[in-house]
Amino acid sequence: MRDARGDIRRPIGLRLWLSGGWLTLLALGALFTPWIAPKDPLMQDLFLGRMPPFWVQGAEPGYLLGTDSLGRDVLSRILYGTRLALIVALVAGTLTCVIGATLGLIAGYYRGWPDRIISRFVDIWMAFPPVLFAILLIAVLGPGLISIIIAIVVIDWTRFARVIRAEAMTQGAMDYVASAQVAGRTRFGTMLTEILPNVLPTIVALLTLEMGIAVIVEAILSFVNLSISTDSPTWGGMIAEGRTSVHQAWWVLVFPLITLFLTVLSFSQLGEGLKDRFDPVLR
Amino acid sequence: MMYQVRDLRLSFPDLTRKPLLGAAPRTPVLKGISFDLPKGAVLGIVGGSGSGKSTLGRAMLRLLEPDSGTIAFDGTDITHQTEDQLRGMRQRFQMIFQDPMSSLNPRRRVGGIIAGPLKLYGFDGLTARVNEALDMVGLPRSFARRFPHELSGGQRQRVGIARAIALRPDFILADEIVSGLDVSSQAQVLNLLGKLVGELGLTLGFISHDLSVIRRLCDRVLVLHHGEVVEQGDTDALFAAPQAAYTRELLASIPLPDPDQPWD
Repeated sequence: MRDARGDIRRPIGLRLWLSGGWLTLLALGALFTPWIAPKDPLMQDLFLGRMPPFWVQGAEPGYLLGTDSLGRDVLSRILYGTRLALIVALVAGTLTCVIGATLGLIAGYYRGWPDRIISRFVDIWMAFPPVLFAILLIAVLGPGLISIIIAIVVIDWTRFARVIRAEAMTQGAMDYVASAQVAGRTRFGTMLTEILPNVLPTIVALLTLEMGIAVIVEAILSFVNLSISTDSPTWGGMIAEGRTSVHQAWWVLVFPLITLFLTVLSFSQLGEGLKDRFDPVLR
Repeated sequence: MMYQVRDLRLSFPDLTRKPLLGAAPRTPVLKGISFDLPKGAVLGIVGGSGSGKSTLGRAMLRLLEPDSGTIAFDGTDITHQTEDQLRGMRQRFQMIFQDPMSSLNPRRRVGGIIAGPLKLYGFDGLTARVNEALDMVGLPRSFARRFPHELSGGQRQRVGIARAIALRPDFILADEIVSGLDVSSQAQVLNLLGKLVGELGLTLGFISHDLSVIRRLCDRVLVLHHGEVVEQGDTDALFAAPQAAYTRELLASIPLPDPDQPWD
């Protein structure tokens, strides 16, 4: 009874390499910011305002990606912003995931009254416009890192709850779940050992997506000046500032934007790539 | 007696006719079923789709709770026992499922699928027991490291059988276990099941819509139609002289190798 079904091996895809590579680079940048950032991100020098990036005529040596209108180094500011973006992505993403997925799993697997309560709650929650909700929340909580994380978690847990609930319902109807009952496994044990491993790929994909979304939400909030105090550089804050002088100094807007774009893209691709590589079930 | 079932009734809520407020009306599925299943016997449960045969099977394993009537397993009334009360006994009645794909957790290896229930009951020497179960169903031991999608349909169904027999149950319910397999795998799986029932002294409930399979494997037959028992008895007697009109209709629908040759 030999066949090749057990011998299929999948290589690590390009997707995983590229997204993982970019995120590793960012993580290293965030960890070692004080040592690798060429300048103080807050140091102003009005004589060096709006210097272009290094390959453009008239660039100032030492300012690789140019300076903004106050003469602050764009590269250093992006690097310091990375820290904040990654903290928000990891902490807010993980918290959202844990809360949303747990509720979704319970609703989808146990059904009955837990499902009714959680689902009604999600429905009502999703009727609020999210950005307005976030702005309102931060207005109440006051700006700061913790407030941003709370705002993201409070708004986005419904995304997890919905998707995971649907997935848990599908899995719960499978015969292998009935088989666990036949074997005498408890409901809770079945949820952890049978259902959870089968919704885990979806959870991981959503988690990485959520990390990307957290970065965007943070940028949006910086854009409307509701993020961290103006002293700490953030990507969204830089984009907002760069917007006003885009015709004179495009680099102030474009570099943080590219960084943001690549980061969000990498997070979402990371999820897909991980699934391709590590999910034992071929799709 | 392995099973004594008396006047078993079970209904499902019909959600399509549920009023805006209040409970949905219930559709009866089992309408007063009674039968005895002696130890060591192989009982065929046959009927068309919608006859309630799978529902009866799931009620016998208490995956469903009956409305009324009694189910006694080896002398113990299990009709309305809670999951906690049943937990200690569940090892004694096991099930093999119809769909060999969805009945195996796709993200567990075969070894884990077979060992999982064993762990729950504190069996020791798990690897040895898994290997023994694989030997008994005629799969190579190396398959313990495979995932279900790496097996063919017939192999998956053998894993389902291995999982059930590894617990050393007294009773196994096989719910349409060959209907998803091709003809040659069907024959192999049926032969295997027949052999294991003999070797392990199992009592077997065999649900099928296929009378020729029932005839080959079962000592006794229970014919269900619209949730009622229309006929029951020894296989030979029932095939030789069917009493109920519905049974005769079922028998007449079996394709014969030679249409001019009557059932012997």
